[in-house]
Amino acid sequence: MSNKKTLVIGVIGADVHAVGNKILYHAFTDAGFEVINLGVMVSQEEYIAAAIESNADAIVVSSLYGQGELDCRGMREKCDEAGLEGILLYVGGNIVIGKQPFDEVEKRFKAMGFNRAFPPGTPPETTIDALKEDLHVEG
Amino acid sequence: MKPILLIDFGSTYTKVTAVDADAAKLLGSAAAYTTVQTDINDGLANAVALLSEQTGKLEFAERYACSSAAGGLRMIASGLVPELTAEAAKCASLGAGAKVIKTYSFELTEDDAAEIVSMKPDIFLLVGGTDGGNKACILNNAHMLAGAGGDFPIVIAGNRNAARECEHILAGREVYVCENVMPKFGTLNIEPAQQKIREIFLSRIVRAKGLTKASELISGILMPTPSAFLAAMQLLADGTESQSGIGELIAVDVGGATTDVYSISAGMPDRPGTIIKGLPEPYVKRTVEGDVGMRYSIHGIVEAAGCEAIAAASGIAPARVQELVDYLATHTDMLPTTPELAALDEALAGYAIRTAVTRHAGRIEEVYTMMGLAYAQTGKNLMNVERLVVTGGSLIHTKNTRKIASYALYDPQDPTSLKPRKAELLVDRKYILAAMGLLSKYYPEAALTIMKEELENNGLAE
Ligand code: B12
Repeated sequence: MSNKKTLVIGVIGADVHAVGNKILYHAFTDAGFEVINLGVMVSQEEYIAAAIESNADAIVVSSLYGQGELDCRGMREKCDEAGLEGILLYVGGNIVIGKQPFDEVEKRFKAMGFNRAFPPGTPPETTIDALKEDLHVEG
Repeated sequence: MKPILLIDFGSTYTKVTAVDADAAKLLGSAAAYTTVQTDINDGLANAVALLSEQTGKLEFAERYACSSAAGGLRMIASGLVPELTAEAAKCASLGAGAKVIKTYSFELTEDDAAEIVSMKPDIFLLVGGTDGGNKACILNNAHMLAGAGGDFPIVIAGNRNAARECEHILAGREVYVCENVMPKFGTLNIEPAQQKIREIFLSRIVRAKGLTKASELISGILMPTPSAFLAAMQLLADGTESQSGIGELIAVDVGGATTDVYSISAGMPDRPGTIIKGLPEPYVKRTVEGDVGMRYSIHGIVEAAGCEAIAAASGIAPARVQELVDYLATHTDMLPTTPELAALDEALAGYAIRTAVTRHAGRIEEVYTMMGLAYAQTGKNLMNVERLVVTGGSLIHTKNTRKIASYALYDPQDPTSLKPRKAELLVDRKYILAAMGLLSKYYPEAALTIMKEELENNGLAE
């Protein structure tokens, strides 16, 4: 195994929007990450279990259908409980319903323990840059 | 004619089966008490003597044996996350024909390690972490095992980046390193570990259990009995290159202490748009319910089914059911000699089957989204499996096999459990399946022909 950083990705809750998830999988893989893609309809427990076994460096949560806020609640606490203290947590997609000012949305997700929350339409490159910065990856 | 003797050293009975490998015919079968305490050959000789009363004197060209005597192959496994590597470890052990006494997840404590040593497993399977993934857990567990003593062999099949270090930590112990049971997240790779377990069984366990005396007489004790049974089921389902099998199947073996369920099936979803969740399922799968059995584990059946349900199915009043069940739990060799006991045993066997098959089969969950319905499947979808093989005293020695076996089928009361809709019922009346698994190692064509001939077709269970 190389020194690649490992990401666990998936679409949380009962959300079945599959297209963005596939795009992210390819984009992250091409950018040099080891990516464990859990697909759609992923529970908090599934992200956490995958991250434990694979010793992942970050969990990247997608939510497209509007219930992201409900689905993400308590995720940081569960990570802490499972021994994943300090693991990087990202969330993005269409994480809340309708058009709300994003700085407020971001504040709420950060209060929930997410390191970063991204507004709708964030291109994969932005996420990759952020990951590289936060995980101290060169290049 | 090429007579071959197939021997199954069971915990209670030594069963012998004679076949003619040239003609692919069953010649006869017999059983006598297992004598592992004194000399295992005594029981074997008794069984063979009974056999020759049926077949006449035979000069056996070859003799093969499997064994579940002296406790069978007793294993303990440890993994990391319960639903992931710990489950993979359990799955690997069961598929190798072992009896899994306990499975641990996360980091072992000193108390756990002491408990493990006191349970005296035949083999310990140490796993955890995907390749390149978590090392801390498996390393900690290796340290715990190293500190606790015991002399059981340890198979390491976890994160490959930690495997050698585990081996060093366990220096001085009998240790085997093999490929990870879960090399990548969501990928099961249990065959290498199973292969290693079988090798250890042959080279070490057979000797340790006082079965070597027997192996001088016979061409070898090839495998644990459940492993032989599994081989028979896979052959029956898949066939050989020149002879077709009968297709995907489920087999249930209801015993006194456990109920074993085998499925040879891919178990894929049939509803379009179904999402598969959880660990991938092996095509050949064995599960063992240690709390579901007709005598030693009779209370487990009642707990799972409810006393009322068993009362209703048997036509016996609930209070009397409880009384009889308590009696049978302590009188484990009691046969159903009265009509009342026969009715009770039938109801118990039915619920043993329902409980065990329900735990073996997958589930489908309806997920209501704002869009309407979506489906998520965990475990195997066995709804389209159309063959059901049953064995075990409570199913063989009754005329109502079909009624009892139908408890393995889809139950409208429990619509999310993916059990078969309907199935053709094949009954192992002559108790030959483990023997056919043994035979299949050298004469697969004959074993398949004999199974097709000898399994009694009891028609469609619906
Ligand atoms: C196709 C589609 C569906 C299909 C999905 C098919 C499938 N299996 O994939 C179906 C018809 C099933 C569907 C259903 C629903 N949908 Co719809 N759907 C869409 C649609 C039109 C396109 C989605 C898509 O594939 N986009 C293309 C991909 C490439 O983009 P993406 O998914 O957004 O992903 C990118 C980014 O978001 C980002 N990203 C994703 N995750 C993350 C994570 C991080 C950390 C970062 C940084 C970035 C990031 O990167 C991705 C790649 O570039 C969108 C509208 C739209 N134009 O986006 C609505 C939309 C997502 N759906 C919506 C809704 C409401 C629903 C339903 C609830 C009900 C409904 N009325 O249809 C159901 C929910 C079903 C369920 N349980 O999930 C809303 C969500 C509203 C909200 N969040 O406020 C949208 C936005 C439409 C709208 N404007 O109302 N939908």
